[in-house]
Amino acid sequence: MIPLQAMVIALVAGAALAVVLTRDLVRLALISSVYGLLLVVLFVVLQAPDVALSALVVSGVGLPFVIAVAIAIDRAR
Amino acid sequence: MSRGFRLGLFAASAVGLAALLLWGVAGLPDFGHYAGPYGYVLNAVAPNERHVTNVVTATVFDYRGFDTLGEEFILFSAAMGVALLLRDVRDEEREPPEDGIRSDAVRLVGVALVPVLVALGLYVVAHGFITPGGGFQGGVVLASAFLVVWLAGEYRAFRRLTPTPAVDLVKGSGAGGYVVVGLAALLLGNAFLHNFGPLGTAGTLASGGSALLLNLASALEVAAAFVLIFTEFGEELVNVRLRGGG
Repeated sequence: MIPLQAMVIALVAGAALAVVLTRDLVRLALISSVYGLLLVVLFVVLQAPDVALSALVVSGVGLPFVIAVAIAIDRAR
Repeated sequence: MSRGFRLGLFAASAVGLAALLLWGVAGLPDFGHYAGPYGYVLNAVAPNERHVTNVVTATVFDYRGFDTLGEEFILFSAAMGVALLLRDVRDEEREPPEDGIRSDAVRLVGVALVPVLVALGLYVVAHGFITPGGGFQGGVVLASAFLVVWLAGEYRAFRRLTPTPAVDLVKGSGAGGYVVVGLAALLLGNAFLHNFGPLGTAGTLASGGSALLLNLASALEVAAAFVLIFTEFGEELVNVRLRGGG
């Protein structure tokens, strides 16, 4: 494992912890997006660009979007 | 249950889980040391056998095309499930209220971003057998282009671009088209989903044989499935807002 990989893995772990510890739901949508983007960086560092491309949109855009809209629906009720 | 008992139960199960995890991780191959022969074999033979330069896409749509068929239908059923659940409880489709983004800066960024995303999505789909990417990756990028129309513009513009019958049609023909290409291989006397097309020249857009069609079919399916999920959530939001006045 080269230092860059170790650093990105540590960042992903830190972001995962932040996702778990976040209680405010709107922040959760943002933090989970940051976590997803860090995961994308990890895939790139591990030389898996195909996976990185799909993760970029799915965990960086799709998941936070679904969380954000679910919160908006709940607030509108 | 008393607090002490619960803490004890947690400690015991946490130690057990940690031990199992450590045991499992200790048995993994070392970091970066892949033990299976399959990847090395494909890396060695795929470029000559299938005239491709991106072995990942060749694996996904050609050597393991049948697995991808399953994944295709996982996404298909997931999006269908969302649609069935939400459409059932929704009232008549109503004209969504105006919710346009008022900030000129955000709108400008959106206007600039959408064509770039569409071009990038099409590029990633088309170059699937040449560079990293392919139907799934390009499909999600295309779907996110539509999402930007909503997020940086307005929901009504997004809905006008993605009429539900059209999205359903694209989604269905993407999933169905994948099966049709597989059946075409059967009709030509090969195994289901066997690559039958002219393989073309490696490194050009027309490489990959009939797996190129599978790539396109999955791009349609994935883009439409994501747009459908965005739409169903959006319609639900509009409906709740109209009803609750929130």
